[in-house]
Amino acid sequence: MTADYILETRGLTKEFKGFTAVNQVDLKVRRGTIHALIGPNGAGKTTCFNLLTKFLQPTRGAISYNGRDITRMKPADVARLGLIRSFQISAVFPHLTVLENVRIALQRSRGASFDFWRSDTALDSFNERALELIEWVGLSDYAGSVAVEMPYGRKRALEIATTLALEPEMMLLDEPTAGMGHEDIDRIVQLVKRVSAGRTVLMVEHNLSVVSTLCETITVLTRGQVLAEGDYQSVSTNPEVIQAYMGTAHG
Amino acid sequence: MAAPISAPASAQAGLPLPTTGMPRHQVIALAVMVLFFALAPFAGLYSVFLMKVMCFALFACAFNLLLGYVGLLSFGHAAYFGFSSYLAAHAAKAWGFTPELAILFAVAGSALIGLAFGALAIRRQGIYFAMITLALAQMVFFFCLQAPFTGGENGIQSVPRPPLFGFIPMQGDLQVYWLVFALFIGGFLLVYRIVHSPFGQVLKAIRENEPRAISLGYRVDHYKLIAFVLSAALAGLAGAAKAFVVQLASLTDVAWQMSGEVVLMTLVGGMGTMFGPVVGAFTIITMQTYLAEFGAWVTVIQGGIFLLCVLAFRRGIVGEVARLTRKSF
Ligand SMILES: Nc1ncnc2c1ncn2[C@@H]1O[C@H](COP(=O)(O)OP(=O)(O)O)[C@@H](O)[C@H]1O
Ligand SMILES: [Mg+2]
Repeated sequence: MTADYILETRGLTKEFKGFTAVNQVDLKVRRGTIHALIGPNGAGKTTCFNLLTKFLQPTRGAISYNGRDITRMKPADVARLGLIRSFQISAVFPHLTVLENVRIALQRSRGASFDFWRSDTALDSFNERALELIEWVGLSDYAGSVAVEMPYGRKRALEIATTLALEPEMMLLDEPTAGMGHEDIDRIVQLVKRVSAGRTVLMVEHNLSVVSTLCETITVLTRGQVLAEGDYQSVSTNPEVIQAYMGTAHG
Repeated sequence: MAAPISAPASAQAGLPLPTTGMPRHQVIALAVMVLFFALAPFAGLYSVFLMKVMCFALFACAFNLLLGYVGLLSFGHAAYFGFSSYLAAHAAKAWGFTPELAILFAVAGSALIGLAFGALAIRRQGIYFAMITLALAQMVFFFCLQAPFTGGENGIQSVPRPPLFGFIPMQGDLQVYWLVFALFIGGFLLVYRIVHSPFGQVLKAIRENEPRAISLGYRVDHYKLIAFVLSAALAGLAGAAKAFVVQLASLTDVAWQMSGEVVLMTLVGGMGTMFGPVVGAFTIITMQTYLAEFGAWVTVIQGGIFLLCVLAFRRGIVGEVARLTRKSF
């Protein structure tokens, strides 16, 4: 029943000069769910994201998205299929305003990105939609602010607004709440919940209370390999998972 | 660590700023520049000197489009400037092309070379990009040294100045002056438009955060290549105009030293600023012209100025003005 799964990998492997960062990973992400990828630092989660979005070329294995083999595709083309990622370090255009950040995405999906002979006032036609998205993530007060000057949590919200402008079918979020205080975490959790309506989300997340609130399925990765998979209840009581987490600094 | 939703300081920042075209201080700077070049030949400044300044200013603007707005350091821009100069000179001298056709032909030629060289270089980053552009430009240099039509060490001399469009006389320096003036201002405005266009906005995004631009589905190499071709074509425009100014196309303009000089002009004036390359070209050409009596010392003085810029005015002349006035020029 492949149709149930939007993203599937078979034997996904990445080696860096003899070191295997991702090892024989078979991942299946069910359409319309929020799926978590957890594991200690250095487990290979970010590498996995880089492989799925083709920022890295896998050493072995295959990736299929919507039943289509994307193993050999270029990252920009994967994005054009509706699979959009964020980055572990915040992914905004720092010296553009919030409004301009969102317009960059709108510009790509609605054309006008090659027009070098037109005035940039042509971009004002995207303002209405951009402001809608900015309001949707609760950044209306910041629309004219330069991205770099915003607090960290707001940058993450801006990233989501920018991603949403492309109306992606699937979003990959790499540690969306890392380094945030309670208030910001709550806001991002609510946002991810709203964003997930009608789409699939795969997220790397260290905060287990966030994982338990949001995610239906959890895949635990250690040393590049899948250690366990299932819902929060089954994963959190799995002795091997507890063992793996005991050995590291965070919970 | 985050501000609450109703952060008072954000109330003002929150106003979405509509994009409004050229800001007032830039309009004023542009008017000053246009007036200066329109009036200077009547104020006693030597018109050939001014034309050279305009040609190099346009060349530097073209180079700055790539360095300042895409972040690519080409170390072979003399190839487009100098080879275009040969193309225009040859078309006018051997085929009897009128100036506008010779220039058009030369610009098309440089754009094509830019397309080929850009496609080879664009995938590399940083120093590798600079090295490839330099290597390709050296190929153009040796081609110009050997090819039968370029006149070897002598270059193409006594380039004619046939009437523009076949009926506007171009014999006098002042008549050529207005052609160069029009090309320079037109080229400058085109660079301005490219930078401040939807395309320019994507370039900005790529420069700010390339992985993010890719993850939004931008095929960034396409944008870089288009910018490269536009830059090569504009450098070619400057070179073609210069062939009519000095009535000569020579190896000096395709040599690697010329590639270095345009880097110098751009950095001295301020890379990534609109008016910086113009100020930089003016500064360097003025030094070369009026300090010519010092002979080899010009190079030393130039080196000194460059050092001063790198150490004290890292943003270049216009870049520092922009920093002090907190406005972009
Ligand atoms: N480009 C790279 N070159 C070499 N090693 C890498 C590279 N990227 C990641 N690694 C290594 O792969 C392992 C997994 O890293 P990563 O995927 O970032 O882990 P995680 O996101 O789970 O913390 C780490 O040991 C890291 O050092
Ligand atoms: Mg990581």
